[in-house]
Amino acid sequence: MSKSGFFNSSIGRKFAMALSALFLMIFLLQHLTINFTAVFSPETFNELSHFMGTNVVVQFIAQPILIFAVVFHFIMGFILEARNRAARPISYKRNSGGANSSWMSRNMIYSGLVILAFLVLHFIDFWIPEINYKYIEMNAADPNRYYSELLHKFENPYRVIAYIVAFILLALHLLHGFGSAFQSIGQNNKYIDGLKKFGVIYSIVIPLGFIITAVVLYMNAH
Amino acid sequence: MNLTLKIWRQKNSNSKGKMVDYPISDISPDMSFLEMLDVLNNQLIEKGEEPVAFDHDCREGICGMCSLYINGEAHGPDRGVTTCQLHMRKFKDGDTIYIEPFRAKAFPVVKDLAVDRSAFDRIQHAGGYISVNTSGNTQDANSLPVQKEHADRAFDAATCIGCGACVASCKNSSAMLYVSAKISQYALLPQGKVEAEERVQSMVNQMDAEGFGNCSNTGACEVECPKGISLENIARMNREYFKAKASTKD
Ligand code: HEM
Ligand code: SF4
Ligand code: FES
Repeated sequence: MSKSGFFNSSIGRKFAMALSALFLMIFLLQHLTINFTAVFSPETFNELSHFMGTNVVVQFIAQPILIFAVVFHFIMGFILEARNRAARPISYKRNSGGANSSWMSRNMIYSGLVILAFLVLHFIDFWIPEINYKYIEMNAADPNRYYSELLHKFENPYRVIAYIVAFILLALHLLHGFGSAFQSIGQNNKYIDGLKKFGVIYSIVIPLGFIITAVVLYMNAH
Repeated sequence: MNLTLKIWRQKNSNSKGKMVDYPISDISPDMSFLEMLDVLNNQLIEKGEEPVAFDHDCREGICGMCSLYINGEAHGPDRGVTTCQLHMRKFKDGDTIYIEPFRAKAFPVVKDLAVDRSAFDRIQHAGGYISVNTSGNTQDANSLPVQKEHADRAFDAATCIGCGACVASCKNSSAMLYVSAKISQYALLPQGKVEAEERVQSMVNQMDAEGFGNCSNTGACEVECPKGISLENIARMNREYFKAKASTKD
């Protein structure tokens, strides 16, 4: 493999961007599956969360890969954005972007930034308290704490609203991103139309699932 | 028709440039856009002013020399046509029309609306050919069977006229549609396969070196391309590039 230059080339960068994004999209599916159990069975949610929170493979292999993928994705997003801006130093006085492309496709950096802001909040809400509980305060594992902690977070209506806004932006990000990722890895073939239709469903159903979970938890908390 | 033109005027590649308003009257809806500019230039010359510089050659939609970013779109609001094939009937009496040069770091303005697109030539020089001396050695066309579907796709890719509308329309000034068309037209045919790996690497390297942006797959290029070059070509170029990188040893 001639790696020299691959990840420094325009095509290589987009390939890496797409791979990190595909990984994140699989992760979202898994994350939603677990969250959604909280809607109908707090016991199942506790069980699954306990497993995810204590399993060595999940904690020390999957989690670092996930963190790497997220960080890689947004840093590469910034790099691409900076290079793309530099490629047109003088902009048009009049530009009809809407005549030939979707709003989502032209504003990935902005939908991405909202998702990033959400991720910061999400880390402060859940990840940091988890790390603190398990690895700093060294508390004993309690398989029944997860649902009540979750419910407690969603008491606050502002947090629920922030989550909903972020998920709407995630849907917009994915409405372009899903199909785009396949194009980036060179898969524009006879399956692409079907794949893009599936992408639209995915991009709406996944964020909607997260929104429903947040709203139901808010109602259960009151 | 009476129109107000807002045209980018720039003395030379070093000067700053600005938009200048030109009212123009008695334009026939059957004129082409370039004929309308000819009328304007005649009036400017009569007044002793500097005419507006713009590129053109064949004026029949085949050479790729005309350009212009008209009302926010490369080659104007019509689809599947170059500026020389755009007609004034696409506009309404009283319209204000913005006319700007194609914008990209890799396409510097030479004067007014004329830009230097030689970056495309350098990409082409980097690998857009097959190293076979065909003069006098042309072999029988039927001796190399080519699948119909491949022949058609190669032909479609080969219709790219190198106008640069894809770069101008792309929010990232990416040249991927152009380069992918040039790569595909060879990659799909047996004659082109021999050098396919070196070709895709050299052409992509040159494209990056010229300062074009990355592809965000917005699809604007495909919509604005006067020859309907498909995004499929970009996916094919990406695949060709991965294949080449995976098999070449350094
Ligand atoms: C779970 C979170 C996220 C998912 C599932 C996701 C998914 C995707 C997908 C599928 C693509 C298309 C990849 C391609 O065109 O090859 C993409 C592109 C992009 N993402 Fe994300 N993304 C996420 C978070 C973020 C964040 C936090 C940012 C921060 C800035 C971001 C910025 C971008 C940008 C700028 C692009 C466009 C790159 C380009 O085409 O030039 N994304 N994302
Ligand atoms: S791909 Fe289309 S828009 Fe781009 S240079 Fe070729 S003909 Fe012009
Ligand atoms: S002048 Fe030749 S294509 Fe327009």
